[in-house]
Amino acid sequence: MDATIATFLIQDGLTNGAVYALLGLALVLVFSVTRVIFIPQGEFVAYGALTLALLDGGRVPATASLLICFGLLAFLVDLWTMRRGTSTAAILWSVLFNLALPAAIYAVTLGIAPLALPSLVKALLTVAIIAPMGFYVYRIAYRPLADASVLVLLIASVGVHLAMMGLGLVFFGAEGLRARPLSAGSFAVGPLLVSAQSLWIYGATIAIIVGLYLFFEKTLLGKALRATAVNRLGARLVGVPTQFTGVTAFLLAATIGAVSGVLIGPITTIYYDTGFLIGLKGFVAAIIGGLASFPVTAIAAIGVGMVESFTSFFASSFKEIIVFGLIIPVLIWLSLGAGLHEEE
Amino acid sequence: MAKYIAIWTAGALALSFGNPTLADVTIGVTVSSTGSGAALGIPLKNSVELWPSEIAGEKLKVIVLDDAGDPSIATTNARRFVNDDKVDVIVGSALTPASIAVAGVAAEASTPHFSASPVPPNISKGKWTFVLPQDAGLIARTLFAKMRADGAKTFGYIGFSDSYGDLWVNQYKAIGAEYGLEMVADERYARPDTSVSGQVLKIVAARPDAVLIGASGTGAALPQIGLRERGFIGTIYQTHGAVTFDFLRIAGASADNTVFASGPVMVAEAQPDTAETKKDGMDYVTTYEAKFGAGTRTQFGAHIHDAMAILKKAIPVALEKAKPGTSEFRNTLRDAIETGGPFPASQGVFEYKADDHLGLDERAVVLLTAKDGKFELIE
Repeated sequence: MDATIATFLIQDGLTNGAVYALLGLALVLVFSVTRVIFIPQGEFVAYGALTLALLDGGRVPATASLLICFGLLAFLVDLWTMRRGTSTAAILWSVLFNLALPAAIYAVTLGIAPLALPSLVKALLTVAIIAPMGFYVYRIAYRPLADASVLVLLIASVGVHLAMMGLGLVFFGAEGLRARPLSAGSFAVGPLLVSAQSLWIYGATIAIIVGLYLFFEKTLLGKALRATAVNRLGARLVGVPTQFTGVTAFLLAATIGAVSGVLIGPITTIYYDTGFLIGLKGFVAAIIGGLASFPVTAIAAIGVGMVESFTSFFASSFKEIIVFGLIIPVLIWLSLGAGLHEEE
Repeated sequence: MAKYIAIWTAGALALSFGNPTLADVTIGVTVSSTGSGAALGIPLKNSVELWPSEIAGEKLKVIVLDDAGDPSIATTNARRFVNDDKVDVIVGSALTPASIAVAGVAAEASTPHFSASPVPPNISKGKWTFVLPQDAGLIARTLFAKMRADGAKTFGYIGFSDSYGDLWVNQYKAIGAEYGLEMVADERYARPDTSVSGQVLKIVAARPDAVLIGASGTGAALPQIGLRERGFIGTIYQTHGAVTFDFLRIAGASADNTVFASGPVMVAEAQPDTAETKKDGMDYVTTYEAKFGAGTRTQFGAHIHDAMAILKKAIPVALEKAKPGTSEFRNTLRDAIETGGPFPASQGVFEYKADDHLGLDERAVVLLTAKDGKFELIE
């Protein structure tokens, strides 16, 4: 091993670590606000990458019609909860969000998918298709359980994960797809070959981290989310609508997932079930961050990427074991430090 | 209301006792149409739909179940086949661990079994199991001979971190020395990995003459692309698992200067007319692609066609001696498969023997290269 190989490995670890960081942040965000361990986070990554790959081929991605199904289901759930009387305004809002919005996105996709679009437009369209799914997933699976225990929410997450993975197999098929990079080409920095796509990844990760920081520090909604994270009951008592903060958290998580998918889709082959493994690596980072700290999670994710990159060089057959083994000492450390935790 | 219930019950009873399908030849198929082996299982399942509805005047009853590649589900499926459905033949599964599980049940219930995936030698020596895909030894000998002919003395290996990946390293350890080859790197990765940069760097640093990739489907494209990105210009050798059109779609231009060992069905059209595998191969490819679209053929699906090619000849022999659904029928059918060869099929000419349930020879392997997004036969 010489310096050239080391710099290649560091670069590779940084690129993957940046994506894990995005997922880790989304997991921490969702958990702290809604107490949901969001296992399906990885599915949004896979959906995003596969949708982009299909758009590259000039095809209408099945996720667009899936979005309509999700919206319809959410609408039915809405109707069921409103069966004991409701207002016209509530029904109108429901129609708007659950039926009109996905239909509009579908129509736009149908219209512009066959055109030879610039990569950035395709990427934005992908995010627009995937992000609302976070809202519907929350509406269908989690909102009815909002006050359930962490364990029940975790089991619901497993269910959502399995359902979304199965739908992925139906809609995308079993073979992998690879998207085209947002901008092709690469340039040499000394001995290092930096691809333009990896710059997109670093840029997007930094932008999202800064964006999240500003959102939580400067906006009222962000502060409401933080209040919910600190104490749900207290937040509700001072007038924070916890349902609304939950929706926001899921929407943000799905958006981050879709962006990660768009970023990672061109650098590797993505399968319908790839998302789970990527999500798990983000989860390792989130655990190291105690499912609470954003900065620790981001740094830990870069660490996970580095460890993965270097173990793939030195002991490729033990790569996953080493990466997931990272969790054990952290859990021991956390359980020693935190004392007894009572669930609220 | 009670009257209706009585009628329905009577009807159901009559159906279950006077089962008109009892004399049909029943085949149970278990494949992984979901789960991690779905890319292999789905073409298998599709190919079952192309089976004829009868053989020698006997109706065929086919039951297809999904085992998700899980050996325990495969066992349950196989038990259902032998206990409830009283099948005459079991076919499956698409993944090695599940096939091993099915073989166990088949041996216990004395039912002929076609494995659609390679199995280890202790399983393929079993009395009731017949293997459809090419044995790893056959493919490895072809690839190693080609490496030697191309002048390669050292090679780097990168393969799946599972039994498929181990298969090729074991073959190298067993026979590599005969071909004067030395393996200078042994790297592993998993199909859902997002990067193989570390492994690829290590291989390139070892400066091998050639690289052997032991992976399947589009999963084999990741190291292929990685090696080319890192400037490896030597020949890359791919096993038959990688020979799919999806692989070429993903790998694109980086698939140049690559040698693939493959079953002949992938280039059925390009075979000389004298090839014994041409007629069956063309039959399968044209009917499959007519139904599922051009460029959808896979080698995995062809194994299902080949099982039927064998049964078409073996079932009439067994029918002369016994009735389907009986243990005599299963016994005579097994004997007919073992001794009735050769059976020319799409992926090779099967000639099973009492001590050889692999049944294939060199006619089952061709060497291919990729050019402009297509596979081409190497003469």
